[in-house]
Amino acid sequence: MRFALLLLASAATYAETIFIQNATVYTVTKGTFKGSVLIEDGKIKQVGQNLAAPSGARIVDAAGMHLSPGIIDAHSHIAAGAGGINEGSVSVSSMVRIEDFVDPESVAIYRALAGGVTSANILHGSANAIGGQNRLIKMRWGKTGVEMLFDGGPPSIKFALGENPKRSGNPTPAPGGPTTVARYPATRMGVEDIYRQAFTEAKEYQKAWVDFKSGKSTVEPRRDLRLEPLVEIMEGKRLVHCHAYRGDEMLMMMRVAEEFGFRIATFQHVQEGYKIAKEMVEHGVGGSGFSDWWAYKMEVVDGIPYNMALMTSKGVMAAVNSDDAGLMRRLNTEAAKTMKYGGLTEDQALALITINPARHMKVDDRIGSIEVGKDADLVIWNKPPLSSYAVPQKVYIDGSLYFDRDTDVSSRIAKEARKKALEEKAKAQQIPPQPKKDSAPQGGPQSDEVR
Amino acid sequence: MKFANLLFLAAPIFAQEAFVLRNVTIHPVTAPEIAGGSISVANGKIVEYGAKVAAAKNVKVIDGKGLHVYPGMINCATLMGISEVTSVRESNDTNEIGEFVPQVRAVIAFNPDSEHVPVTRVNGITSVVTMPASLTEGRGSGGAAQSILRGQAAVVHMDGWNWEDMGINRNAGLLMRFPQIVTARVSAFEGSAAAAIPFADAKKIYDAELKKVDNFFDAARRYQTAKLAKAADFKPNVQYEAMLPLLEGKAPLLVPAERERTIREVIAFAKKQKVKLILLDVQKPGKSIDLIKENNIPVVVGKPTNLPLDEDDPYDAAYSLPGQLYKAGIKFAFGTYDNQFARNLPFEAAFAVAYGLPYEAAMKALTIDAAEIFGVGNVTGSLDKGKSADFVVTDGDPLEVKTQVKMLFINGKNVALDNRQTRLYEKYNSRK
Repeated sequence: MRFALLLLASAATYAETIFIQNATVYTVTKGTFKGSVLIEDGKIKQVGQNLAAPSGARIVDAAGMHLSPGIIDAHSHIAAGAGGINEGSVSVSSMVRIEDFVDPESVAIYRALAGGVTSANILHGSANAIGGQNRLIKMRWGKTGVEMLFDGGPPSIKFALGENPKRSGNPTPAPGGPTTVARYPATRMGVEDIYRQAFTEAKEYQKAWVDFKSGKSTVEPRRDLRLEPLVEIMEGKRLVHCHAYRGDEMLMMMRVAEEFGFRIATFQHVQEGYKIAKEMVEHGVGGSGFSDWWAYKMEVVDGIPYNMALMTSKGVMAAVNSDDAGLMRRLNTEAAKTMKYGGLTEDQALALITINPARHMKVDDRIGSIEVGKDADLVIWNKPPLSSYAVPQKVYIDGSLYFDRDTDVSSRIAKEARKKALEEKAKAQQIPPQPKKDSAPQGGPQSDEVR
Repeated sequence: MKFANLLFLAAPIFAQEAFVLRNVTIHPVTAPEIAGGSISVANGKIVEYGAKVAAAKNVKVIDGKGLHVYPGMINCATLMGISEVTSVRESNDTNEIGEFVPQVRAVIAFNPDSEHVPVTRVNGITSVVTMPASLTEGRGSGGAAQSILRGQAAVVHMDGWNWEDMGINRNAGLLMRFPQIVTARVSAFEGSAAAAIPFADAKKIYDAELKKVDNFFDAARRYQTAKLAKAADFKPNVQYEAMLPLLEGKAPLLVPAERERTIREVIAFAKKQKVKLILLDVQKPGKSIDLIKENNIPVVVGKPTNLPLDEDDPYDAAYSLPGQLYKAGIKFAFGTYDNQFARNLPFEAAFAVAYGLPYEAAMKALTIDAAEIFGVGNVTGSLDKGKSADFVVTDGDPLEVKTQVKMLFINGKNVALDNRQTRLYEKYNSRK
């Protein structure tokens, strides 16, 4: 009985009615003002300058604070296991799926949450021309992997161009690193061919099913889990997020896609997007990349921090992402760099990490701005969100409080004591220490994509 | 011949150019800020700054109305000038082969035309420490095995014609990889852990390396004694000769030490060998903070934006470490440990401020403290009279990302703010 009551109580907390008042509200799509937001049933119920708190609502006074939509990271590899994101044995691995192995205990989720991130698209690596099926998750720390999956939006897939997919054709291992067996392709020319081959095959497969369903053929085709996602791409049901750096390779990808009758949803990294902004606009592809990365390899020598501003001013829908568990925690200042380099406005800069990535993934009806009816994914900051000094104080997902800085800080002494007690207990029972997860240095398993 | 003469004449005239920058808010860092101030420069040096600055007639006046002046910042851990594209082996001169190569010098490999120099300095970084090794190494950055004594770091001005006029401290310290017991090696590039080494084997490697280090230092000391004694059978030795500045206390040992255990071992080693020490990349010092303070060892803190080292560390462990070092009274500076993000140095410091470091302390760490730690406190790091005129003129707080740098002076020269990236921007912005 008691247990049932407890459950009931926690259910009520989940769908609590919350009234955040006196905040500077950055809606992103509808301006910035001093006002309040009412959250009901996990959704944003009201937004305005002169709202009154309904009776029974929990009042959160955010006087002097700043309220923004939760940050959306359109490119991440956290919670996807160390090194487990490249099915590198084949160059077309469209059948593998991130949602099959989301690790809810990855501490990177909590750390990103503490940086104001509420959603992240988890992608495969870039070792393969066609990597695998991505999954958008919400950072519902403490829930199961399945409960973290975002319940909406179209499915998507990862493509990759350039140095990474062709590296497997040139296996020159790092000193002391693993040796690999060479596999096609070894050049950008071969990468294009991989797509042509794969989609030619997919077209035949598609036709076989059409023939079977129309009765033209009586033999039911054997299901092919590798080709099915490619057919979905051609039918416009699955979005393509394509890892790319150079302008030439992005042009190639757009032309190949057009040849097979589909469109690329976004180029990821998109370092040279500024060079082909015109063609990107014509194709209708978005650009989702780093704020200021460059010079780590040959194909990013022309990466410039003005990329986002240039793409934006030329009409490309742009977004800033992290691709890194460390960087993910400070996407707000990454977005601010577009104000420094290229002079975007505050609203434009904020859009790069909120509504624009939501549009890229076609989930902007649900997340990415503070608007009535959207998911209550919100961040309360102590300073304007684009300031270098902004620290997230509270982070809500679906109207539930998932991060609270005060609670985090005040619980540390107790956590430390609990850890000590466990260590003592383990010592007494002679249990060897457990290997640590997610504790590798930066550049290690957390940023496990081969960039 | 005529041409050569002209060049010869032009150089001193240029260097002697004097100017006064007026109507600026001056943030000397070492003194309270001055609104509506002026700063006067001649011969590449600061003549004076203040609310009232007299200037000789005919001296060029630059109006800086509404702008702010800060001393140039120093990035205390970079590969500037010796690494261009991380993954391209041929563009890296960071790691020499050999266990003990104290004689190799980063300064002489410094490429003054590296694209990283103009890209980095436009954020107000007027000097860097360039290290003869990367601390977080990617593929292709050099020799297979990491050496132990890796070579000499240098403090370099971010403008000049070549390493001779750019290097303001050609031997800023000897970089050392301190032996550690490493049971699992993680490839930074591939992210995959190579086969784990059993503890006993790892300990053996560690013991053997420590022994080698002791032997090398002992041999260097015998060399020093023999040289001083003008021993009859004394033979010059380039490696041991390079150890003398260290043994004589003229140059420090620079040692990356992330965690408490390494920090304690390194400090004990430096005390035993009686050498000056600067700790690099300190990330999780734990209780060794007290030991660092007791021994007054300066620190180049690990990047505040690093991930915490361990899963159960507080999420803000790295953000808040500089604040803890400050509270403990430890002198520290910032570095980015790379070139790619070297320009983001002020934003690294900003994270420390957001999580508890007083703003003034951050500004000192970026300027005067950094200069003093690396032996160039008399040359740069503040706006004091006689120092090299290294300062940045902004439209606001340099730690705020959106702040724009309006002018940059290095050695009194008004340095152009363009670079490869601005040129690409202009080119493609003009595409219709």
